[in-house]
This record gives sequence, C-alpha cells and structure tokens, in this order.
Amino acid sequence: MADDKKYVETTDTGHGYENRQDIYYNDNVGGRAVFVDAKEHDQESVTETILQERDKDRSPILEVKGLGIDFGGLTAVDDFSIAIGRREIAGLIGPNGAGKTTIFNMLTKVYEPTRGDIIFNGKSTKGMSTVDINRAGMARTFQNIRLFDKLTVEENIKTALHHTTDYGLIDGMLHTPKYRREEERIHKEAMKYLKIFGMTKTADYRAGSLPYGAQRRLEIMRALATKPRLLLLDEPAAGMNPSETAELMDTIREIRDRFEIAILLIEHDMSLVMNICEGIAVLNYGRTIAKGGPAEIQSNPKVIEAYLGKSRGKMNEEEEEEKKDIEAAYKIGTVASKVTPKPDEGHGKKEEK
Amino acid sequence: MADRLLKSISSRGLKNAVKGSEYRKEALISYGVLVVGYILLQLGAAVGFIGHNLQGQFVPICVYVSLAISLNLVVGISGELSLGHAGFMAVGAFTGVVVTRVLEQSIEFGPARLMIALLVAAFAAAIAGFIIGIPILGLRGDYLAIVTLAFGEIVRNFMNVLFFGLDEKGHLLFAFNHTIDGIENSQRIITGAIGATGVTKLATFTGAAILTAFTLFVVLNLKNSKQGRAIMAIRDNRIAGESIGLDVKKYKLMAFVVSASLAGMAGCMFGQNYSTLAPVKFNFNTSVLILVFVVLGGIGNIWGGMIAAALLTVLPEALRQFADYRMLTYAIVLILVMIGTYNPAFRARITAFVEKIKPKKKDKGKEKTGKEAA
Repeated sequence: MADDKKYVETTDTGHGYENRQDIYYNDNVGGRAVFVDAKEHDQESVTETILQERDKDRSPILEVKGLGIDFGGLTAVDDFSIAIGRREIAGLIGPNGAGKTTIFNMLTKVYEPTRGDIIFNGKSTKGMSTVDINRAGMARTFQNIRLFDKLTVEENIKTALHHTTDYGLIDGMLHTPKYRREEERIHKEAMKYLKIFGMTKTADYRAGSLPYGAQRRLEIMRALATKPRLLLLDEPAAGMNPSETAELMDTIREIRDRFEIAILLIEHDMSLVMNICEGIAVLNYGRTIAKGGPAEIQSNPKVIEAYLGKSRGKMNEEEEEEKKDIEAAYKIGTVASKVTPKPDEGHGKKEEK
Repeated sequence: MADRLLKSISSRGLKNAVKGSEYRKEALISYGVLVVGYILLQLGAAVGFIGHNLQGQFVPICVYVSLAISLNLVVGISGELSLGHAGFMAVGAFTGVVVTRVLEQSIEFGPARLMIALLVAAFAAAIAGFIIGIPILGLRGDYLAIVTLAFGEIVRNFMNVLFFGLDEKGHLLFAFNHTIDGIENSQRIITGAIGATGVTKLATFTGAAILTAFTLFVVLNLKNSKQGRAIMAIRDNRIAGESIGLDVKKYKLMAFVVSASLAGMAGCMFGQNYSTLAPVKFNFNTSVLILVFVVLGGIGNIWGGMIAAALLTVLPEALRQFADYRMLTYAIVLILVMIGTYNPAFRARITAFVEKIKPKKKDKGKEKTGKEAA
C-alpha cells in the first residue's frame, strides 16, 4: 500500500507529461500493476485477483499472444504470451540464447514475427515499422549500448525530442524565429532530463566518450525523452557492480512512478529481477518455461533446472543414455558425432514436456 | 521528491570524456575563413599582387568551395559516399544557361537574371537529387558510391546528345539531334557535346562569394537543427535512430536533396563564368576532385573542406611553370598533403605547437572552471 501513496504524490510530475493525459485519464485507480498471461485469463491465480480488485476497467498496455519467429528452419522463439499492466515492472529472464532480445526485437519490429500478435495500447501492431512503434509509445535501450556517439549528450536527448520539436526544414535551414523558440524550449526540456539523472555536467560532452555508467543512463534518458508508455530495458545492469545495481533498482522504480509508465526488462542479475519485477517470464530455448511473481519463479523446478542444471540423479541417467547411444553408433560403424545430438536432444525433451 | 534520481556524475568521472564540437566556434571559423579569403583575394587583385590568370580563377574557387561545403552535407554529416556531385553541378549549370538565355530579352538587369537562374537551377538539381535519391537510399556505403558515380556519368552523356534552342518567337525547342538546325531563324543554346556556346558571362567574384556564404549559411544552420541532428544521429547509429522514431529514408533523402540543390546553384554560377560550357567539364574527375576537397579538409569539417577546395583550385594555376609536369606535381603535392595531415605523429606535433602558442587562453579556461566550482 505504500506504493499507492507514491502514485498519489507523483500524479503531477511536471516533466512534460501533462499533454499526454490520454494515457491515464481513466487510470486514476493507481496502484500496483498486473502481470497476467493473456492466454490464461480465465484461470484463477493470485495475479488475476489483483486484476479484478484494482484494475477492473484497465486494459494492459502490452498484450502478446502466441508470438513466434523462425530464422530459416530454426525456431528462435515460439508461443510467447504475456500481458503487462500500465504501471507494471515486468522481467524477462532466461539463459543466454534463450530468445529474450529476439522478443524485444519483435516487439519493436526490428524483426517481423512469424506467428502471433502483439497488441500495444489496445491496437494490433501488425504491419507497423520500428518508427511507428516508437511513435505509438514504446521505447527501448540496447544490450550493447547504441548511442549517437559523435553528438553531445544534450544533442542525443534533443534528437529523441524530435517529434515534439515543431519546425520544418526551411526553419531549420534559415534559423527563423520559430526555430529559435522551439530550440530554446527543447534545450530546457533536455536539461530537465539531464537534471533528473544527475548528468547536467555532461551536457556538452560527446556521448561516445562518456564513462560506461553514464552512457547507460543516457540511453535510458534518450528512450524516456520519446515519451513512451512502455519502456523496454535490455540488460540495464550489465557491467555494473552491486552498489550500482542497487542504485539502478531504485532508479527503475522511480522512473516507473515519476513518468507513469510500464517497464519490461531483460536482466541476468537475479537480485535485481527478484527485487523489482512484479511479474516475471522465464524463457529457455525460445519457449516460456515459467511465469509468475518473483516468489513463484524462485521455487519453480523448471526454472531451477534451466539455470542450475539437472539434479545428480537425472544427470547420471542421461549420461548413461548418451554412452549407450555412442556405443551403438560405433557398433554400426558410422562415426557418430558426439557433439551434434545434444542440441536436438534438448529441443526434443522440451517438446515432450 | 528530489529533483534527481541519481547521484550527479562528477567532473572527475569525465576526465577522459571529450567535449563535442561547438557549433558557434565552427560557424565563426567557417565564416572567418570565407571573409578573410574574400578580402585577401580582392586586395591582392587590387594591389596587383595576383596575376590575371589567377584572377580568372576567383569564381571557380568560390564555386568549388561551395561544392565542398554541399558535398560535406552528404559525406560528412549524412555519412554516405557520393561520387556524382558533378552530375548535380551539370544539371544546375545547363539549366542556368538556358534560363539566362531565355530571359535575356525580358530582363535586362544581369544580376536579377542570375538570381532567377540560380533559383531555377537549385530547383532542377533538387528534383534530380530526389529522383536519383528515392531508389538508391536503401543502399549503403560502396553500393551508393557506385550508383551515384553512374548517375554522374548518365547526366554527362545525356548532355552530350541534348540540343536546346529558341525559335524566332522565343519558344524553347529541344531535341536529341540536329533537327533544331532545320527550323528557320532558330538560335541554338546547347549543342550536344559542344555544349553551351555564346553564354553571356554573368558571374562575378562578389556574386560567387555571396553564393558561397549562402551555401555555408544553409549547411551550418542545418547541422544545428532538428533535421541536422536527426541526419547525424542516423549516421552514428541507424538502429538506435529508428528506435527513437527517426524516419531514416526521409532524412537521408533530405540531406541528399539539399546537397544536390546547393550543388546545382554552384554549377549554375560555374556555367555563367565561361562563354562556352561543354559537358565534359562535369565528368567523373570533377566529382572525385570535390570529394578530394572534402576528404583532405577532414570529413565533416566544413571549414577544412573550404580551405582545401580553395588551395587545390589555385594549385594547378600556380604550378603552371612546371609546364608538362603540372598534373604530376599536383598529384605528388596531394599525396604529400594527405600523408602529412593524416599522420598521427605529424598531427600530434601540430597540436603541441598550437598549445605552445596559446598558453594564456588555457589559463583563462582554468579560471572559468574554478569559478564555476566555487
């Protein structure tokens, strides 16, 4: 309930979000967000009751149904479904190569999904481009930082304020009074973002020359400057030490509260994910193996298996099977590869389950 | 609630960071180079220090400086390699010739005719840039360079077979062969490979310098505007640009069309400087020459390109005494300058020298930061 109070305090943020009333004019309920599986809407679960109690007439900001993508013959992601509430912090975790970033790329239309539907803010995103997605209100950061290196920090943010900057090419070429007015305004707005993130001093420095932590901050700022409804963070804590990670956790919560947005993040740092995410989806080999709150995920045997491997007993069984296979192969006289069966085996197992 | 979410990044954390190029400083140097260059040349001509041959190069110098500035918009700011700049120049030049000839009777005042010709040339080159730009902007790097090269050659070859003329009533005639000659009392303006003949020269040094200033004004302003930032952002990181909602094709095309249009104006001025104008002047070599200016001046460095363009335009004239070995000497000088300016050791020596010259300024800077900290 402490969270609820925070929302009341922060309704009027005065950070340029006043003109985006359409997002939350019927969102006065405030409160914690929900994490529900779009497919399992009818099932009774803890999250479902939260939905009924607090958010009766509130639709999720993002609803993904049966999302999948194939690269050639390889299915990178299959049957991925989630729904994210309008003020929720949700997490997407899984071992390396599980397809997390691929999902981000599908959400932002860097890749066009092969199957499934993405409903963002009540509208299907079919046929939309990356640019359209951003204008609809989805912004992201990247796993390997992608800044406009040769522009200054301030220019990076001004570039993100592009759509709210209201002047044409002629104004830009001739620097008309309209240009001056608008530039003055976006300079102030950019400085507001810099102030919030404690980077006022860096304004005139080249983005590419900043220290790593500052670059990560700038990337988040740049995404926020496009005034998103949903922010996608791809490994925001990568390369950070524990105290920096702890600071980042507070920051992410504050961003959610202050900018009144939903956040979906990919992260390998379990302390961060378990601390701040209200709902978590776990991926392995492109398939969703678990979904739920932090507590559920932590005790889920499938998740433990994906992260820590199988228990001893199972391991031994498997090794024996493998030995038998190899022996059989040698008997027949073919030189069976010891390596190739493994990935297939993994996929096969998953399908059986 | 606090203003800040995070602890401020301290100045110590920024010790390895580099300050971005300051727009005002760049503009000041660029305009300074132009004004100083103009005054020096005018003075030199007045005092008699600069010979007649070199005086004939004044307009071409301005034109090439303009071309270097406009090509920098594509190569430096947009980050694409274009080898067809002479093509846009040709479009502007021949459009200008036709326009001034058609208006010869109706508008007596030369500069006014030139103004109109410049505007029409800019428009024509912009259209050419737009038409060539749409299909090619999906391409990148080397592929774009090859296609723009082909475009330049197409324009030149097109001009080789194009005939323009006026009939007795002043109507414009055009054809791809000598049929214009068959029409009674017709005047020829452009005759295929021979090009335009009998052009009334309208270009003056001052006029050309004003055009250069205009080009500089447009490019510098554009660089420091929402459009320029978008163009540079896409150059730096296309994917991130798309992710914050920048329309990549639109901005690439914008840079290309503005650059083409400015090149068209420069071409128009160039065409008005000679009584005959053959298409062969706008061949591949010219495109490469303009690119050399840009590269030599430092890609993206506008005033560097300006100086390089001016020096390299004067150089062949200054090397006239070497007679047969003129172009060879030119090439050797070019190679030496390239090695000199892009050799890290050489550059370090230059910067060390510059630091030595101005220790006072540095102290002032320190004082300033000290005050801020206090």
